[in-house]
Amino acid sequence: MANRIVVDPVTRIEGHLRIEAEIKDGKIVDAYSSSTMVRGIEQIVKGRDPRDVWAFVQRTCGVCTTVHALASVRAVEDALDIAIPANAEMVRNIMEGSLYMHDHVVHFYHLHALDWVDVVNCLKADPKKTSEIAQSISSWPKSSPGYFSDVQRRIQKFVESGQLGIFANGYWGHPQMKLPAEVNLLGVAHYLEALEWQKEIVKIHTIFGGKNPHPNYLVGGMACAINSESPGGLNAERLAMVGKLLKEGKQFVEQVYIPDLLAIASFYKDWGAIGKGFGNYMSYGDFPTNGYADLSSFKFPQGVILDRDLSKVHDVDHRNGDIEEFVNNSWYNYSDGDDKGKHPWDGETNINYSGPKPPYDFLNVEEKYSFIKTPRWKGLPMEVGPLARLLVGYGRGNKEIQDAVNGALTHLDVPVDALFSTLGRTAARGIETQLVANWTMGFYDTLMNNIKNGDERMANMNSWEPKTWPAEAKGVGFMEAPRGALAHWIRIKDGKTANYQQVVPSTWNASPRDPKGQRSAYESTLIGTPVADPELPLEIIRTIHSFDPCIACAVHLYDEHGNHISQVQNIASCER
Amino acid sequence: MSINNEQRKTYYESIIKNGYNRRDFMKFTTYMAAFMGLESTMVGQIAKSLENTPRLPVIWEHYQECTCCSESFIRSDHPIVADIILDRISLDYTLTLMAASGHQAEAAKQETMNKYKGEYILCVEGSIPLGDDGNYCCIAGKSAKESFLEAAEGAKAIIAWGSCASNGCIQAAKPNPTEATPIHKIVKNKPIIRVPGCPPIGEVMAGIIVHVVAFGRLPELDRLGRPKAFYAKRVHDSCYRRPYYDAGLFAETFDDHNAKEGYCLYKLGCKGPMTYNSCGTIKWNNGVSYPIQSGHGCIGCSEANFWDNGPFYERATKVPGLEEEGLADDIGKVAAGVLAGGLAVHAVAANISKRKELMSRIRRGKSNEKNIDS
Repeated sequence: MANRIVVDPVTRIEGHLRIEAEIKDGKIVDAYSSSTMVRGIEQIVKGRDPRDVWAFVQRTCGVCTTVHALASVRAVEDALDIAIPANAEMVRNIMEGSLYMHDHVVHFYHLHALDWVDVVNCLKADPKKTSEIAQSISSWPKSSPGYFSDVQRRIQKFVESGQLGIFANGYWGHPQMKLPAEVNLLGVAHYLEALEWQKEIVKIHTIFGGKNPHPNYLVGGMACAINSESPGGLNAERLAMVGKLLKEGKQFVEQVYIPDLLAIASFYKDWGAIGKGFGNYMSYGDFPTNGYADLSSFKFPQGVILDRDLSKVHDVDHRNGDIEEFVNNSWYNYSDGDDKGKHPWDGETNINYSGPKPPYDFLNVEEKYSFIKTPRWKGLPMEVGPLARLLVGYGRGNKEIQDAVNGALTHLDVPVDALFSTLGRTAARGIETQLVANWTMGFYDTLMNNIKNGDERMANMNSWEPKTWPAEAKGVGFMEAPRGALAHWIRIKDGKTANYQQVVPSTWNASPRDPKGQRSAYESTLIGTPVADPELPLEIIRTIHSFDPCIACAVHLYDEHGNHISQVQNIASCER
Repeated sequence: MSINNEQRKTYYESIIKNGYNRRDFMKFTTYMAAFMGLESTMVGQIAKSLENTPRLPVIWEHYQECTCCSESFIRSDHPIVADIILDRISLDYTLTLMAASGHQAEAAKQETMNKYKGEYILCVEGSIPLGDDGNYCCIAGKSAKESFLEAAEGAKAIIAWGSCASNGCIQAAKPNPTEATPIHKIVKNKPIIRVPGCPPIGEVMAGIIVHVVAFGRLPELDRLGRPKAFYAKRVHDSCYRRPYYDAGLFAETFDDHNAKEGYCLYKLGCKGPMTYNSCGTIKWNNGVSYPIQSGHGCIGCSEANFWDNGPFYERATKVPGLEEEGLADDIGKVAAGVLAGGLAVHAVAANISKRKELMSRIRRGKSNEKNIDS
């Protein structure tokens, strides 16, 4: 028996991505991942002032806002050999740390939770019992029976209106929804609370960068000058606000996000065996504490793990030929043929769409099928993201990371193997949020101490003027974005951007096949995913969402013979 | 234009009008209850609410964008976004937040387009690529242009969120590889509110929604189709560092003594003098700060073609923004067409005296700049 459906688009992600997959006996046996939107930002920044480029490439993504700006200023600073002041490093770390808290909480509640929490079912809950559960797992003060019955009443009124808005046509009542009504009510209450909380933590970006989304960065440091004795710069009031927001953010992570994550995960332990993938993981490392050049000072270590072997961690080198991008299955052309890979310093972005003319039902996956290029490390596909970061840290013997991971495994009473899964990816995101929240408090303390000791420098402007630059230079700015390993490669010539290439986390995870036919992470992890009701492919979006995709998806299922036919409404007629 | 909830037919009214009786209506509500997985005891309540006023339906499309507009929208402090989507509007389609995916998501949009034809608000985030026959952005197998034209047809009004939908933004910067196009160049027969900014301020976005819902009409727009309430002033005119500009006190480089004193950032490339936005008044993220307050010049993100008006750190020598007059006239024509259609739209009025004042300010500013140079 074969079932075929089209799911297009997958929502609660950023961007436009499409996956075509083959399903047999209720399980996915093959999948193809494709992005269907392109803007050409790498072409647009060519010829621009390298000091401006951070603002252009920041617009690659407004969800994980700041990460591309940071990768860009690092790339330019690397090319021009600029060391930024310690305060600027701490401010960037604090901004990145608060982004992790924001991004991971929003992902969990607003982009992922509705895959696990049944909103409509919460109307059946006994608010008293929800209150008992809440108080048994956390000291978060908003936990009275009255609080939960108010939330329930509000949802009831909303549902009764007949206009379900963002909750319309959701997967309510799906057999894969396993939470008791009381836990569903807890999840819905915290969905709303997190929506209100997330607008607070971003104010840290507003203080340092002037706005959020898309705060301002600066090649050489940060623009937010410190002046402890003037209303004109960062003074005690501004810094105290950062301290308060960080403390409240950490509290929300510890008292709401982590307890909810563990509570909800405990009902879905079977997802510790689904969404495994090929087992290669890569982290570039991030949160430097002694300059970008000193890899040993990074809080997240860099490295590669192959085939789930945590006993051996390989080094990552961004400057040799280890990392290459392929376009054999992507809608681009290389000037010297599409069969070879290119290191990003020599990369090209020549758009050449050769897919079907819209409107179309299916892509031709035998040929080029995506606007995403295919990156490889030493010819191998890599999974990147929170899980990769934790596994690399674990493998490197980082005690703090090992303790955090072991603690969560013990709490959930699942084996180490459960990490390599959809559940593992989602749990890793929570575990690292706790780590990053702790570290970010430390970055804040360091910043305050520096100022106390009289260091108020925020930018190194020695190499600001293009006339001080060499005629030609190249640099790489790498980092760990919340979604995984991110790097920008720049070539500067005569003061202008001669070439610019971004290899983003979703490029690693969501890319099409390479010339050897090796699948990337989305395609690989979907294989084996069970689909109870192909008309409502909840399980597919669970695994896809576990990566926190930064691209909008469309998921197609083929029959076992690869005969794709049209839309979901045909499902009844095309069974068997 | 009137967005009057009383005028929109309730489910009950439209069902009766279409020849069904109350018994059919109750059957429908029972089906609805079953569909939503609710107890049969709730049928009466659903029927009651369907007979009453529905919330304003909204379809929110995503084309060539980075989702910063959606992110900014959920940052709104007043009202908070939960109150907007639970109490004020019915956000029936948005790739960022909606629970349903794929076919279920598209079906929700289709249902709103059918059921509320002529009544729903269409919000657009992102530009539309016209290059290569629209192949550069496809959703559900349809090109962005096709999807937009479909959704626009039955919309009562369109909100162009952010600089992408309003002006093309980053992807329309030179050489605009995909022919990224703002929406007012594609649909001309609908009222379009342009809300530029990369992104717009969250409270501005929420404010526009509140204006439409609470006052029952579109906000008054300026010559470029922007709500006057939020785009009438230059950032420069509302900037708290303006006195330093007037006094000739400038930061010469980042992190120098003058920068630490909070002097004017004009010489470091600040585009506040040619940028119309609320950053200096409403500020960002519930009034915490705005770019200039945090030490970085304004990059002019709410102005058309701001990406090509740089470099960002070079002192601005011209004041663009007035060359778009032709465009503003187009918008005036659209508004007039809507008026002829019998809807009460607030006219886009050309304010000549204000323009004179503006020109004189620009002249004053330029003579001041000459003094800086000398």
